[in-house]
Amino acid sequence: MLVKDVLQTKNKETADLISCSGSEMILKALIEEGVETVFGYPGGAIMPLYDALYDYDGKIEHILVRHEQGAIHAAQGFARVSGKTGVVFATSGPGATNLVTGLADAQIDSTPLVCITGQVYAHLLGTDAFQETDVINITAPVTKWNYQVTDAAEIPEALAKAFYIARSGRPGPVLIDITKNAQLQLAEFEAYKKCSHIRSYRPAPKIRIGAISEAAEVINKATKPFVLFGQGVILGGAEQEFTAFIEKSGIPAAWTILGESAIPSAHPLNVGMLGMHGNYGPNVLTNECDVLIAIGMRFDDRVTGRLDKYAKQATIIHFDIDPSEIDKNVKADIGVWGDCKETLPLLTELVKKHSHAEWLQRFSELERQEIETVIHQELNPETGELTMGEVIRTLNELTNGDAVIVTDVGQHQMVACRYAKFNSSRSNVTSGGLGTMGFCLPAAIGAKFGAPERTVVGIVGDGGFQMTLQELGTIMQSKVDIKIIIMNNRFLGMVRQWQQLFNDKRYSSVNIESPDFVALAKAYRIDGQCLETRENLRSALQTMLEHEGSYLLEVMVGKENNVFPMVPQGCSVSEIRLK
Amino acid sequence: MTSLNHKDYIKEDVKQDYTFTVYTENRIGILSRIAIIFSKRKINIESLNTSPSEIDGIHRFNIVIQETGDVVRKLARQIEKQVEVLKVYFNTNHEIIWQELALYKVPTDIIAEQVEVERLLRQYGASAVVIRKDYTVFSVTGHREETDRLVTALEPYNLIEFVRSARVAIIKNSRGFHEKLKEFEALEPSEEVVENEFLNKGDNVFTM
Repeated sequence: MLVKDVLQTKNKETADLISCSGSEMILKALIEEGVETVFGYPGGAIMPLYDALYDYDGKIEHILVRHEQGAIHAAQGFARVSGKTGVVFATSGPGATNLVTGLADAQIDSTPLVCITGQVYAHLLGTDAFQETDVINITAPVTKWNYQVTDAAEIPEALAKAFYIARSGRPGPVLIDITKNAQLQLAEFEAYKKCSHIRSYRPAPKIRIGAISEAAEVINKATKPFVLFGQGVILGGAEQEFTAFIEKSGIPAAWTILGESAIPSAHPLNVGMLGMHGNYGPNVLTNECDVLIAIGMRFDDRVTGRLDKYAKQATIIHFDIDPSEIDKNVKADIGVWGDCKETLPLLTELVKKHSHAEWLQRFSELERQEIETVIHQELNPETGELTMGEVIRTLNELTNGDAVIVTDVGQHQMVACRYAKFNSSRSNVTSGGLGTMGFCLPAAIGAKFGAPERTVVGIVGDGGFQMTLQELGTIMQSKVDIKIIIMNNRFLGMVRQWQQLFNDKRYSSVNIESPDFVALAKAYRIDGQCLETRENLRSALQTMLEHEGSYLLEVMVGKENNVFPMVPQGCSVSEIRLK
Repeated sequence: MTSLNHKDYIKEDVKQDYTFTVYTENRIGILSRIAIIFSKRKINIESLNTSPSEIDGIHRFNIVIQETGDVVRKLARQIEKQVEVLKVYFNTNHEIIWQELALYKVPTDIIAEQVEVERLLRQYGASAVVIRKDYTVFSVTGHREETDRLVTALEPYNLIEFVRSARVAIIKNSRGFHEKLKEFEALEPSEEVVENEFLNKGDNVFTM
């Protein structure tokens, strides 16, 4: 090579290195990662990032929320319906601590998030500077990974790792804390490199074929096999692989609330919901099946009830991408580690075609009992107060199961999960593991950004709505089109139900007064109405769904209705009560 | 040496000493992430040592707790789940060689005058680290009971100060971490590495 050529190449190389501020690097990284929407709230320590964002108008849409908790729940809703990573901006100190509930929620429900928080100048760390908190240590137990950046040069790599860690393996929230000086600092920026390998991190364990063939052998011999599936099927994008498996093996399948929409509600092998307020058949028959096949679920205590009386008669096969889940709560006879998108086809190949007609009949019998004792009355009451169930039933009829349903936490959540119909995956968004009241409204906003073409219906109680109602301001400002149904029973209903059943009706602090929700919505320029009678239910829901823009429908439901069936705490799943 | 393997030493429901050996990246905050895994479950750490390993950039933790095999196995998986943890081993006392270092500060005049002290120090294999006019510092390495015994023995002789390090332990069956690291660095790691297993020695591979 001639000296001239060498010099030219050298010049070209330096031309590729752009001097760039830390803040710009963050935004360039987000663009490279395909981020189009960010939920956030500005503040002192993150001002340089917001200043850089000013020039990214049209490239990155920033949704200004009313509270950082709203930002992170919105990002969760976004991630859950879209399958993409949700992104949050918040400032240091209170901005960052306001994310903690959402981080804990995303951690326990395996939702991929990248949260970027501002931090005080590096030279002020540890001085109790204005709006300084030790965000890294505060968030360590509730993040999959977190990292503090104090130098702009670290930003591209830190963000590349953040996105890789958040979405790979068992997804989870990642927090990157960036000091103000690092955001302002100019440094050389080469082309952004996505991360695909970290030596100390194994997103998915290697599949052991032996375990799969062992599982297939047991399944092929089973006469009463039963599948339990969770969100792992959705997170793995393995809905088709899962359907193929149950259809070939003919095994009835029941879901955890986070796994609910992985297969259509109407699928003949979908036998319903597990757990404390799940369906009668799946709970009772957990203790009758001979082989229990758990796929992408983690045997939460709300699913298993009393562990020492849980499926003791069954051979347990557990599929999970996270090795620490296997044997954690329920000891597996066969643990199958790996991504179920890969393991399920291998299993399907080995299982024999089967139809367990007699066994399915058992589910139908118990379903019939449940319909007679509970469901019919809940969904089709002719007299008395409105029930949450009939609201959901009518909503199903009007949306045909095509809507995204976002729920909060409590009685309405259980009713919605029990009765809502779904046709496609990623349609049921709820706070499962953490049970975060106040989740619904911001998560529904985020869900709309994640699936703009779909109808998003947020179903929330009068208590939970008041925890994050300031996000009505976000709906107003960002012109979000979501439908909100407040199931108002003038009680903190689930706690009241427990107080009624287990504390001799000693109603302690469960009476909750509410403002005029419709007037409140109006103040935010959101239309709405309050429904008190049955005859207008259908038309009110119709009006809500046809309304252009957001709409709030408050439904006055029965004050002291209970959710049944119920597995009382400390009882076995087969001791489920129908009333 | 015994012919028992790893599995035989683990008692599911009986509490005994376990020593974790954890290889991690040398990153700020990893200590706290590991400590949280124990404190979250209200498990007391008996002893904790961290220092650079034989490999540049990789730290080695030794953590001692008293727990049942069942709990220890779950803890190991939770630790290994941390992004910056490369590998976790857990072993009973039968499977490791371990030492603790203790320092004892005693008044020099008493040491000089009392013949019994000299005998004691010989008996415990103590060596003098520093000798000054006013005090002398001895060091002893050994197991907890041994270093404890010398504390009791020295107390009548005006023991001024005593300190003991955490346990450092070598796994008898380990082949070190160099080879394993190569596997970790490969994009397609070997079966053994991805499987989160505990020892790479035939019978001692612990299947979970």
